[in-house]
Amino acid sequence: MLTVTDQPIDTTALRRECALHTAGALVIFEGVVRDFHQAQKVLRLEYEANPALAAAEYELIVQEASRMYPLLWTRCVHRVGSASPGETAVWLGVATAHRAQAFEACRFIIDQIKERLPVWKKEYYENGESGWINAP
Amino acid sequence: MITVRIDYVAMLREQAGRASESRNTNAATAEAVYRETQAAYTFTIPVAALRVAINDRMANWTDPVRDGDRLVFLPPSSGG
Repeated sequence: MLTVTDQPIDTTALRRECALHTAGALVIFEGVVRDFHQAQKVLRLEYEANPALAAAEYELIVQEASRMYPLLWTRCVHRVGSASPGETAVWLGVATAHRAQAFEACRFIIDQIKERLPVWKKEYYENGESGWINAP
Repeated sequence: MITVRIDYVAMLREQAGRASESRNTNAATAEAVYRETQAAYTFTIPVAALRVAINDRMANWTDPVRDGDRLVFLPPSSGG
């Protein structure tokens, strides 16, 4: 399941949610707001998402992952709105019976999230400029 | 002539100066609608770099548009 939130991601609560599942391996990935982009110092980001499309796309990604890996459980939360360097932008938990599958499935899912999830990031720099990331 | 609702997100919202609109159009496909709005708002993102959703589902650019459809043009993702 994917949710988006405009509040700081409560990673402690998510970790407790993981504990309800008794898989043998749990891999958690946290994407953290970087404070630089190339030579620019980043002051903050604005994340924007289309929540309905993002939730549907995440389910497709998980379905694809399920065909390759024996997933037992996944959970993802993505931040929207304003976020500062050091804050968690995306949290992904993936549980499988064994660690190799958990690592690989987590890598696959986060790579697909980066490529496909309808979420957009605008960076605001120290020099007053700003820019959408990946905009052609 | 049909009327479609278009939601503009991210860079497209900034370039359009609006988050959404109801638009009367003779466009037959999603791509034709985008090209019409691209001309109206001088969008800089080429159609090849975008995806499109119709009525909350990912769609193809060649898909037909019907009266009352809701379209969202999706710039390249940059989440995470």
